[in-house]
Amino acid sequence: MYVWIWRHLPGAVTWKVLQTLLIVAAISALLLFIVFPWLEPKLPINRVTVNQ
Amino acid sequence: MSGNSKDEQVEQMTIDEQDPSDEPGSVRTGGRHARPDAGMSRADMLRLGLRGTGQTLITAGLIVLLFVVYELWVTNIFAHEKQSKVHNALEKEWAQGDDPLVTGGGKLNLPGGKQGTIPTGTGIANLYIPRLGTDYHFTIVQGTDDGSLEKGPGHYTGSALPGGVGNFAVAGHRVGKGEPFLNLDHLRPGDTIVVETKSTWFIYTVKGNLQSGDLNDKGTDGIPGREIVSPSDTNVIAPVPDHPGVTPTEKMITLTTCHPKFTATQRMILHGTLARTVQRSGDQLPKELSGGTL
Repeated sequence: MYVWIWRHLPGAVTWKVLQTLLIVAAISALLLFIVFPWLEPKLPINRVTVNQ
Repeated sequence: MSGNSKDEQVEQMTIDEQDPSDEPGSVRTGGRHARPDAGMSRADMLRLGLRGTGQTLITAGLIVLLFVVYELWVTNIFAHEKQSKVHNALEKEWAQGDDPLVTGGGKLNLPGGKQGTIPTGTGIANLYIPRLGTDYHFTIVQGTDDGSLEKGPGHYTGSALPGGVGNFAVAGHRVGKGEPFLNLDHLRPGDTIVVETKSTWFIYTVKGNLQSGDLNDKGTDGIPGREIVSPSDTNVIAPVPDHPGVTPTEKMITLTTCHPKFTATQRMILHGTLARTVQRSGDQLPKELSGGTL
């Protein structure tokens, strides 16, 4: 998968590295700001109250 | 990654250069740009499958690691921002002469249903715990729903108000989300928990045996300084903690958080009693806080 992506990125190696960093940043942002905030309340961690 | 890429290209060439006649039943789809599955030997298929599985597992590992970063770091950034917002809003309200604990007609809200008028998520009081650092302070918000607890420690609606007869119960996150109660286990019997409202400083002290330093000592009233309970044990926030149904006479504080750290299997509970009440006077601090004179 990673190799496939690397081979399909256009341009020279420097250009490819830049694009790779951009993709990593975009996926991280998607996870950190959208996926995790949505997922986290559904997980049984970080419950601090007592209730029935 | 570039190393992998070269390996892959080399491998690709060997696959392509294989004589298709070696593979009975396989169909060559053409030239240098043949799809990887064309003309693959069983070993190549296996290698591709294993590599795919490996990369998927590595990816999953990285995502889980990123989730840990999110929990321990990113949630704190968001929570600190929200905490300073409620803190500033409360200070502003106080400066204007308003007190969220006091409703129309100047009457203090009473526990037991009449507190619904304080909107959840709004700041009601400030919390100081000198043992956790001279700069330790959080604005307590009304309510213990997820949204409120992201802003700061949350007051259980229906429990007593600061300084009130009964139990002023507050929940807070242990790890992430501003982690106000991260080091709650550092408290010892007799340690002060200071609550500041618009008009008053309430100084509570942690229960337990002052002589032996035993937090679990239940003393004469049967209430320990600290206890670890199951998440469904709501008796700990009863008006008289651990004694549901008993009419309160004491003024108590209870702090709840998750236990052990990073999990939610149990709850750590701290109980304290009101030791002293001081009227606020300008910017002066009570003597329990560093630099305090009151």
